[in-house]
Amino acid sequence: MTMPYYVAPEQVMKDRAEYAQKGIARGRSLVAALYGNGVLIVAENPSRTLHKISEIYDRVAFAGAGRYNEFDQLRVAGVRHADTKGYAYSREDVDARSLANLYAQFLGQVFTHEMKPLEVEILVAELATDDDNHQLYHIAYDGTVVDEVDFTVLGGDSATIIDRLSSSYRSGWPLAEAVRHCVAALAGPDRTLEPADLEAAVLEQGNGRRAFRRLSNEDLAVLMAPPDSGVGATAAGEAAADDSQPAERVAGGEGSSDGDSDPASEDTDGGPPVPPALPESEGL
Amino acid sequence: MSLPLFPTGGDPGPSFVDLLRSSAGSAGEDVGIPSGRVLPPGGGGGGGGGGDAYPNMVGVPHGTTIVALRYADGVVLAGDRRATEGYSIAHRGIEKVFPADRYSAVGIAGAAGPAVDMVRLFQTQLEHYEKVEGLTLSLEGKANQLAQMVRANLPMAMEGLAVVPLFAGYDTRRRLGRIFSYDVAGGRYEEIEYHATGSGGRDARTTIKLGYRDGLGVNEAVELAVKALYQAADEDSATGGPDPLRGIYPVVAVVDEDGYRRLPDEDVAERFASLLSSLQRTRRGEPS
Repeated sequence: MTMPYYVAPEQVMKDRAEYAQKGIARGRSLVAALYGNGVLIVAENPSRTLHKISEIYDRVAFAGAGRYNEFDQLRVAGVRHADTKGYAYSREDVDARSLANLYAQFLGQVFTHEMKPLEVEILVAELATDDDNHQLYHIAYDGTVVDEVDFTVLGGDSATIIDRLSSSYRSGWPLAEAVRHCVAALAGPDRTLEPADLEAAVLEQGNGRRAFRRLSNEDLAVLMAPPDSGVGATAAGEAAADDSQPAERVAGGEGSSDGDSDPASEDTDGGPPVPPALPESEGL
Repeated sequence: MSLPLFPTGGDPGPSFVDLLRSSAGSAGEDVGIPSGRVLPPGGGGGGGGGGDAYPNMVGVPHGTTIVALRYADGVVLAGDRRATEGYSIAHRGIEKVFPADRYSAVGIAGAAGPAVDMVRLFQTQLEHYEKVEGLTLSLEGKANQLAQMVRANLPMAMEGLAVVPLFAGYDTRRRLGRIFSYDVAGGRYEEIEYHATGSGGRDARTTIKLGYRDGLGVNEAVELAVKALYQAADEDSATGGPDPLRGIYPVVAVVDEDGYRRLPDEDVAERFASLLSSLQRTRRGEPS
């Protein structure tokens, strides 16, 4: 009979943490920040179809960094949890905090009991209904939950990105400014990121029942244009000046999820027609 | 509640109904799957006792007339507001036309409780699919999903709790409005021009038939739907007409490339008023 070698629990945990951190560091980072009208999430992600940022429920969004297959499994579980809960009780009873706790329990369980920890960091964001008590829950690979204020960074290089962002963050800033600074923080001083390298979405107030909306590359181009440049002509000026939604919208309905998370915003004059948000009085 | 995770072989995929079944196991009813419930034979909602159409379920509210018609840019779906229990009126203001998602609407006739349950499940199912898959279902896919739900309701239909929906939406891929009707057994039929269901459906269909033509404008289509509901209410005791006293008017919804929108009550009230005055002029022999 062979006896297993004794390994100190401290060592086991340290090895697992190191393994998970390495896996996460291989992926690219992601920033979530509050802005004047809601929550902005920007990720470095060249893929247009494999999303890091997704809708979970009416006012709840999800974002993941690290291994795609692992956080996508968590995303689907979150959608299932939220839809089941909203169906069994009421749509108002679905909240980010309970979902964040479930994620934390699961990640913690896997971290301590399984051979391989999950190589992911995830974010659950909720848009508050009335005031700006929006919630950002940052959950690490070992199940640690942090209730973040103002902004948070997920992924490998988070410490330096946090440094860059904390010097530029301004409470209640407009969307265009938030996008510019978040992208600059992601890129660092030596690189510039183009809209095609990015994936971005917002949870925004006044968007109807489903507050989640993806920002297309055209939206991003308008928002990222420096405020005093002529790019995007009046559209860019408007977007930067009054924090409205970007005027360039891709008309929805092509079966893409983009098309279906659209706003019925009043201040998109000049843009092409936008599909209406679902009426609040959905009845059921 | 714990995080709903499944082994690779037992994953319910993007189906919300399968998710409810697999996460609740045999106790699926507890989370409210309206389908597949088999009632004890001869059970029933109590109340009354007569009535040939629903021998066991006279005491259960039933909703009635729904009409749908295609026009040039989409579809109009409208329904009256009455629910009946046997020969008496159970509710004057029940709503039977709902948005299913951004580009489709569903109207229901039959036993009100299971019907409203079915709509809620259907709405959740469409949104669930969209979020899990990152794509919306095709209009035909949505229509088939609803057919499966109606079919699953068959045991209850046999007990008198039939639900017969009418589904209409804008097909964003083909860029046109489409209408699907159903029978209690889950049969699904695409209607090319118009359809009406419920106890006043026959009268409503006849009214639409007399005024229908290809390529109607949205205004004409809405007027025709309002007229059909008026005539159905005129002939059928279970269909409610406009109720200016309480300000209750039929629900009229339009689905086109801009999505679902419900017409405001004032608009519908105005259309009923002008319909009424034109009918009065006709009776007096004046030109309408």
